[in-house]
Amino acid sequence: MDFINALVVLSNFVLIPAVAYGSQLALGALGVTLIYGILRFSNFAHGDTMAFGSMIAVLLTWWFQSMGLSLGPLPTALLALPFAILGTMALVLLIDRSVYRFYRQQKAKPVILVIVSMGVMFVLNGLVRFIIGPGDQRFADGERFIISVREFKALTGLPEGLAIKTTQGITVVVAFVAVVLLFWFLNRTRTGKSMRAYSDNEDLALLSGINPERVVIYTWLIVAALTTTAGVLYGLDKTFKPFVYFQLLLPIFASAIVGGLGNPLGAIAGGFVIAFSEVTITYAWKKVLVYLMPEGLEPTGLVQLLSTDYKFAVSFVILIVVLLFKPTGLFKGKSV
Amino acid sequence: MSETVKNSLLFGLVAVLFIGTGFMQSWNVSLQILNMALISAIMALGVNLQWGFAGLFNVGVMGFVAVGGLAVVLTSLPPTPGAWVIGGAWRILLALLLGALTMVATVTAYKRLPKGRLRTLVMFGLLIGGFFLYRAMFLPGAGVVEAINPSALGNIGGINPGGLENYKDHGYMTILGWGLGGLLAAGLAWMIGKTALGLRSDYLAIATLGIAEIVIAVMKNEDWLARGVKNVNGLPRPVPYEIDLQESASFIARADSWGIDVATASSITVKLGYSLMFSAVLILIFVAAQLALKSPWGRMMRAIRDNEVAAEAMGKNVTARHLQIFVLGSAVCGIAGAMMTTLDGQLTPGSYQPLRFTFLIWVMVIVGGSGNNLGAVLGGFLIYFLWIQVEPIGTWLMQIVTSGMADDSGLKKHLLDSAAHMRLFTMGIVLLLVLRFSPRGLIPEK
Repeated sequence: MDFINALVVLSNFVLIPAVAYGSQLALGALGVTLIYGILRFSNFAHGDTMAFGSMIAVLLTWWFQSMGLSLGPLPTALLALPFAILGTMALVLLIDRSVYRFYRQQKAKPVILVIVSMGVMFVLNGLVRFIIGPGDQRFADGERFIISVREFKALTGLPEGLAIKTTQGITVVVAFVAVVLLFWFLNRTRTGKSMRAYSDNEDLALLSGINPERVVIYTWLIVAALTTTAGVLYGLDKTFKPFVYFQLLLPIFASAIVGGLGNPLGAIAGGFVIAFSEVTITYAWKKVLVYLMPEGLEPTGLVQLLSTDYKFAVSFVILIVVLLFKPTGLFKGKSV
Repeated sequence: MSETVKNSLLFGLVAVLFIGTGFMQSWNVSLQILNMALISAIMALGVNLQWGFAGLFNVGVMGFVAVGGLAVVLTSLPPTPGAWVIGGAWRILLALLLGALTMVATVTAYKRLPKGRLRTLVMFGLLIGGFFLYRAMFLPGAGVVEAINPSALGNIGGINPGGLENYKDHGYMTILGWGLGGLLAAGLAWMIGKTALGLRSDYLAIATLGIAEIVIAVMKNEDWLARGVKNVNGLPRPVPYEIDLQESASFIARADSWGIDVATASSITVKLGYSLMFSAVLILIFVAAQLALKSPWGRMMRAIRDNEVAAEAMGKNVTARHLQIFVLGSAVCGIAGAMMTTLDGQLTPGSYQPLRFTFLIWVMVIVGGSGNNLGAVLGGFLIYFLWIQVEPIGTWLMQIVTSGMADDSGLKKHLLDSAAHMRLFTMGIVLLLVLRFSPRGLIPEK
């Protein structure tokens, strides 16, 4: 009995939040990794692209809500998501045309592109703050819980409760669908195959008649879809705040690098590795241990290894350890 | 147009901007911007050392700046009475020492033991054991220190000899903090450099980005160190206080002879005092950087930057040289950070934003001209001026744009309120335009 209770507590506070957070990170890291694989630079504007896409979704959600449109128990934001993705696609294509393409034609060094992406980051950050302001915005609606603590207790009769938020459920489902679609696209379609070919060996791909501009456009379109989805899911799960998206840059990059830059499968694995370590290390284990330890040996303190304020430190330490011992990441990524 | 004429014109333009602000707004505002611009120019010199000389991509400037600020608190505050007891601050120090020893032992184990399961086990054992030992030592010590009068103190304080009553008479201790700030930043840079240099440039970027966030997190949460988010106020100053000047008879007489009122005269005098000190540091660092750039060492650095493989073939130790310049550049940023905290008279960890303290410095270096010290200084002045003045200009623009709208219109209110966010947008556009049309900056490298 104690074991089941411990398991319930663990799922409630560690497993479920970590799975949801991991899915969001994985979607974000997929975007970073695709850009790195095809365009060959680390995109510092990624977090702010995410914020921009989510901002469109937030604004549309408010508009839909004012018109009385809703999805019933599901959040209205899901209805806004496809339009937000279209808007973000337009934005990133515009940026690519006006900014990045010039440097691609110049064959500029990757680090120059990174600095350019810093400029894009400033512009997007300014735009988002200009349009929606720097504050917190709530846009989640619909049913709050798939199963609430009270329902779970009534259902099972256990003293410990388990809650699954609707947003957590949606996050996992949407992320799963997005990943399946992405891998189907990369592995089964002609364009997807040409993208992988271009990522593996640029010269050979060019030689076999692959149009690089087409590959780049498709990459941006996919990245826009992935980032917007990740941003909206994160915003639904927590709240929408422009600065938070900027800060997500670090765990997202950590996920992509830990998994192996340029490797989509690695990005997903990396996202979950980072999310699970962040949540487990900053969780106070007392409640779980009280159930598991024999009587008299229960811990008196909180048994929290690090305070939640240091969650960035966790992704950072994992990043450093992986870089030192396995610079190409867990799954073999690029090491240009 | 010869180069000297062009450079003089550019710096003349900067002078006109500052003098114009003096006449149009007030000399107080102008000097206030100038002081921060001097500090920004020093930060830009530090980043230019790393990026311009050596091509190292450091996006953790904020961390080094913040560490410099911490150093000022550690030197200029008096030691908190009751904190330096065996169970308090000494215990914290011992815990930190234990933590450092754990790391050393782990690294030694990694280097000495043969590869295999035994090594992994020993390393894990050392790390986990060391961590719990450290926590057991550390937490009670921090608890004791933080319990001392938490609403006003609760930190270990510094080394100011004046004590709680007279520490403000020892304002020179803040200048000591500038040196310590440089040292702390250098130490931090050495640790990062040891691990992340030698990896690819993107990885160094991510590593520095991460360490900057961690430094800020530590400063926000470790209350025993510098009170965390409760902030440290009332740091002593290396210049006289306005109040004292306004009460001194000789100063009142002098202000009268100048024909300005005493309040304005006193605040301008104080700001000028800061300007002089900061200018002296800027000139010192600029001359040093200039000499370094022209020396054989500087030529070697640029050779490494332009072709690492060739430089290595000539027998240069690329990683060691990179580490050297990374530490130097970060130390310069640390000194500038310490000066900034001195100028503010307070340390507020919550105010450190990466866009302002890392990426804006990068805009300065790129716009001014990477690889050219004069360019970095120019970029520091120009971009900081823009950063401050874009806000009033943006508000003014918005007022013109919205002048036709009804007063109660929501859009008008929104536009006026958001005008402040114009500065980020403007900086991005400036950076993109310079990168596109003049990638070598305003004063290019020779």
